[in-house]
Amino acid sequence: MVTTNIAVGSALRVHEVHKSFAVPDAPGTTRLALDGISFSIAAGELVSLVGPSGCGKSTLLRLIAGLDFPDAGELLVGEEKILGPSAARGLVFQDPNLFPWLTVRRNIEAGLVARGVLEAQRHEVSDFMRLVGLEAFANSYPHHLSGGMSQRVALARALINHPKVLLLDEPLGALDAFTRMRMQDEVLRLWENRRTTMLLVTHDIDEAIYMSDRILVMTPAPGRVDRKIDIDLLRPRDRTSEPFLRLRSQILEHLHFAGTAADVSA
Amino acid sequence: MPLAGAIAFAAHLAVYKNETPMEARTYTNFLATFLIVSILIAVGQHRWRRLRVAVWRMRPLFTAAVLLLCAWELITAGWHWLPLPYFPSPAAVLQSMISDRALLFDSTWHSLVLLLAGYVLGALAAFVSGVCIGWSNSARYWGMPLLKVIGPVPATAWIPLAMVVSPSATISAAALIALAVWFPVTMLTSSGISNTRASYLDVARTLGANQRYLIFRVAIPAALPSIFVGLFMGLGASFLTLVVAESVGVKSGLGWYVSWAQGWAEYGKVFAALIIMAAFFSTIMTLLFKLRDRVLVWQKGMIKW
Ligand SMILES: Nc1ncnc2c1ncn2[C@@H]1O[C@H](COP(=O)(O)OP(=O)(O)O)[C@@H](O)[C@H]1O
Ligand SMILES: [Mg+2]
Repeated sequence: MVTTNIAVGSALRVHEVHKSFAVPDAPGTTRLALDGISFSIAAGELVSLVGPSGCGKSTLLRLIAGLDFPDAGELLVGEEKILGPSAARGLVFQDPNLFPWLTVRRNIEAGLVARGVLEAQRHEVSDFMRLVGLEAFANSYPHHLSGGMSQRVALARALINHPKVLLLDEPLGALDAFTRMRMQDEVLRLWENRRTTMLLVTHDIDEAIYMSDRILVMTPAPGRVDRKIDIDLLRPRDRTSEPFLRLRSQILEHLHFAGTAADVSA
Repeated sequence: MPLAGAIAFAAHLAVYKNETPMEARTYTNFLATFLIVSILIAVGQHRWRRLRVAVWRMRPLFTAAVLLLCAWELITAGWHWLPLPYFPSPAAVLQSMISDRALLFDSTWHSLVLLLAGYVLGALAAFVSGVCIGWSNSARYWGMPLLKVIGPVPATAWIPLAMVVSPSATISAAALIALAVWFPVTMLTSSGISNTRASYLDVARTLGANQRYLIFRVAIPAALPSIFVGLFMGLGASFLTLVVAESVGVKSGLGWYVSWAQGWAEYGKVFAALIIMAAFFSTIMTLLFKLRDRVLVWQKGMIKW
């Protein structure tokens, strides 16, 4: 069973990272997307990243995944510099991006095929399919799946490589409220079993408080980490408890939604 | 009910008997067979459910086909509306088809071999060049201008040159068909490859994919729908090139047969060859559709074309 196969995550350090992009409609000019981001995440920690849209969260995740490179600054996993993509750092997007030409089972196997270890680790495929509850859909093609199911396949596909760091870019953002809450518990269960280091980008403050050890709040463009909030509540957390709601209004206030926060805490 | 078809055709039987020479007995037999079969089906479908289901969709088509034959016969043999040597009656066409069946069969076989040789060669070459142009920037830099200059020239325009260069007309015809197929398939393959969704490539890279995986397991599958569009366009171009090459240079095949029969003013044979050509090309087209449905099963219910 996968659950006994505990993989411990890696620490992650982001130091003074700058990144700018060329502005498409004004050639020659660039826009700063990340302006000296610094933070570190301990091995096995689950940290959320929140901030208004366009503040550079996805850009930061792509840098950590190794899909893009910073203009300045350093990104480290454990003691190693990030020089490119690696199976040790999984990335799950808001859009599940399943390969439509592969069945569910073959999508989940993709990482094993890509690394050339399918024969050796084929037995794990069924474990992961069971883990995300999709055995019945093994031979279905992705366009037959619902959003929640697709996202579970995307999670299983990323997890089968036993990544040391799992990057989640608003993975539950497109799901309806019920599916989202169920998936939050599922991700938490995976994390508790496997102790993969997780960095979760989310729009949903409740989700951030419910799931993470720590929340990093980013400022709008150019992006900077503005505040780090420790969440010391015991899991499983109660979304309606008084400390939960207090934290919630604190963070909302910080993000300049003071009015809404006042309503909730009242 | 198939009775509608049968009635139309009984009338037609009457007309035909008065007008055509007795030698066209085979056509009578053909129509009689059709009548008997349709009556059998009409009766049988009440007893066998499976038969009814099988016949249900085809019925209107067959009815229309028989009525069309009927109209053709009335116009040609019945009322002589069309000048005779050029527009033979269906009976005469069927008669030429049967009397010249050996040569027709041989011609079809030659066309098939030539078409397949040229098509497969062209499609394979196009696949390789399309993937290279779509994936690699330097292949695109050098390949695209070549493609843009040579591609739009119809393959048939090369015929005079090809006939001089190659010792065998058949080989140069195969090369021309390959060229005709090569252009659309290369174009559509390269655009399919270069339009692969960047996020699929990103996902694959975070899963540990190397360059080979990215090309063969991501870009090519993602490009397959577009590659098939190219294959269909190439098939159309290959039919055209085949027929033209056969009528001007190659001394065999259906295209050659048509112009040869026309030279002897045997229009019954011309029509016979055209009918066989239509059946031949549409069968090949259907096979390509079947292949596409198999290869692109994952698209089922997603896209219709
Ligand atoms: N590939 C790119 N080219 C140009 N600009 C980009 C690119 N990726 C992101 N940006 C810009 O960087 C900023 C941050 O984007 P992003 O990281 O997607 O924000 P977030 O995920 O927080 O919503 C935005 O202004 C966006 O327009
Ligand atoms: Mg984003």
